[in-house]
Amino acid sequence: MGTAIPLSTRSLLPSRRIATAATSESALVRWSLMGIAVLFLAVFIFLPLAIVFSQAFAKGMGVYWASLRQPDALSAIRLTLLAAGIAVPLNLVFGVAAAWAIAKFEFVGKSLLITLIDLPFSVSPVVSGLIYVLLFGLQGLLGPWLARHDLHIIFAVPGIVLATIFVTFPFVARELIPLLQAQGQEEEEAALALGASGWHTFFRVSLPNIKWGLVYGVILCNARAMGEFGAVSVVSGHIRGRTNTMPLHIEILYNEYRFSAAFAVASLLALLALTTLLVKTVVEWRARRQRAESARWDEEGQIA
Amino acid sequence: MSIEAKNITKKFGNFTALDHVDLKIPSGELVALLGPSGSGKTTLLRIIAGLEFADSGTILFNGEDTTHRTARDRRVGFVFQHYALFRHMTVFENIAFGLKVRPRNVRPSKEQIQAKVHELLRLIQLKNLAGRYPSQLSGGQRQRVALARALAVEPSVLLLDEPFGSLDAKVRLELRRWLRQLHDEVHITSVFVTHDQEEALEVSDRVAVMNEGRIEQVGSPDEVYHHPITPFVYNFLGNVNLFHGRIDEETPAIHEAATGDLVYVRPHLLEIQRQPNGGSDFRAVIKHINSAGPLVKIEALSEWGAPVQVELSQEKFRELQLAKEETVFIIPKELKVFQKKAV
Repeated sequence: MGTAIPLSTRSLLPSRRIATAATSESALVRWSLMGIAVLFLAVFIFLPLAIVFSQAFAKGMGVYWASLRQPDALSAIRLTLLAAGIAVPLNLVFGVAAAWAIAKFEFVGKSLLITLIDLPFSVSPVVSGLIYVLLFGLQGLLGPWLARHDLHIIFAVPGIVLATIFVTFPFVARELIPLLQAQGQEEEEAALALGASGWHTFFRVSLPNIKWGLVYGVILCNARAMGEFGAVSVVSGHIRGRTNTMPLHIEILYNEYRFSAAFAVASLLALLALTTLLVKTVVEWRARRQRAESARWDEEGQIA
Repeated sequence: MSIEAKNITKKFGNFTALDHVDLKIPSGELVALLGPSGSGKTTLLRIIAGLEFADSGTILFNGEDTTHRTARDRRVGFVFQHYALFRHMTVFENIAFGLKVRPRNVRPSKEQIQAKVHELLRLIQLKNLAGRYPSQLSGGQRQRVALARALAVEPSVLLLDEPFGSLDAKVRLELRRWLRQLHDEVHITSVFVTHDQEEALEVSDRVAVMNEGRIEQVGSPDEVYHHPITPFVYNFLGNVNLFHGRIDEETPAIHEAATGDLVYVRPHLLEIQRQPNGGSDFRAVIKHINSAGPLVKIEALSEWGAPVQVELSQEKFRELQLAKEETVFIIPKELKVFQKKAV
């Protein structure tokens, strides 16, 4: 802090500067902090990502396309999309409902509900999968009954969907609870006092306020739903072309030393992650720009 | 529209927020609910609005029982302390909200809504900020938008919860004059909650002073200020010197000899003299003088060791030429005595 400037000069600095003179550090400290962050990102994020793509294209575009168009690969992609397509909307509805209940109401068992929501985070995915095997498996609790009625859950698509729902259900709720708690309910009260119905209040007042948290929660939820390995692996049974999701398919290819094919499918998952990040950035940027524009309009007096 | 609260009781757990409260608000009046925090004033306002429901008692609007109606059906305009503007909507959209969410058969046309919003924007003098978001407005502007939003639905009652509570002193003064003016124009029955006695006395037609879940006194600002009926009201409405003492039958004099009666004197109703007058005066030593402002504020220590506040005009102060540590004689011009049992 040897270079600290008196606080009074603060207002003279351009407001864009984040660190004030009083709290900024010497150049050495700043650069080494930034260096550590960049190095860490490079080694643990960029490098693996680059390897995924370089390995995927190592044997040329032809092999890449061929491994994606293989029937087993296509079926894995379809199954992953199906599981995520069911799990994400369900968890969206459940997450909003649970977060709403927790943030806006007082009730008995509230802390129990919060703990239950966190359960999938604290339980190993393998255990999550095992739960369903113990419940619905042939030797399981409901197994004999299901078998008599010719219903297949374990080693079939329903089991995969169930496991995916289980491991991804905290994302939306966890993202929304702090947001809703911080907002309080004054805006909702204002809407009600102005004569809005419950639906109107939810869709026009509450939902727009939690929009970004919701988008972010859905993105995380979707990424996990598509990428989930452990829980799905336990219930899937690894039947090629039928119960393999993308992560399971990648593992099989890898174990069979078909590296290019494995990395080709892996590159699809990686691409998905990059796309969701891009979507999030673009959406946020557009919202910011819209606000800035409306402010400029007023100053030019165009609306009056 | 007149409002009547009858025998309202509300508890939050073990805490009694309102204890058998009765209040009548005649049509067209601007009434202040005045009290310290925790006195139940906001709870009473929210019960009138239908945002909260009483444990027992009834709320009548124009003599009609509305106790079990929700905020949505009561058609009240409510202004929140922290504005509660819809942050993702522009000023225009905020004000138009109440009209836009009406059921289709009673919803005004787009043009009518536009006309109404522009009329209100003119009223709050924010015509060229229609496209702004609340985050781009100052506190005073936000509060005016909140008011316009509440007025847009043409409510029969306007309820304001500490409307100027989070504004700085200057804007506060300006806005409360403006509210008074607005009320003189629109004449809508209005209730506002405040903990600021000056605000309550200046703006309202009538003041209801609240303390610990009860209404202590209801009356015109003049009445509650000059004829307080409880020690609390006297204490709360302005600065006050409190003496424990006794008052002689004939002369209004404060004695140290305590009978336990409470004697109140406002600082500006104490006179300072250089010489004793042999009657109602007592001796005091000046400890502090603050002459910045319209009145000179003097803190003194009485002969029996109690702190005394006195307010003098600047003229009188110059005439007396008082200094610190000087001994003077203080004469109360007007006393207010509350018997022990009244407390």
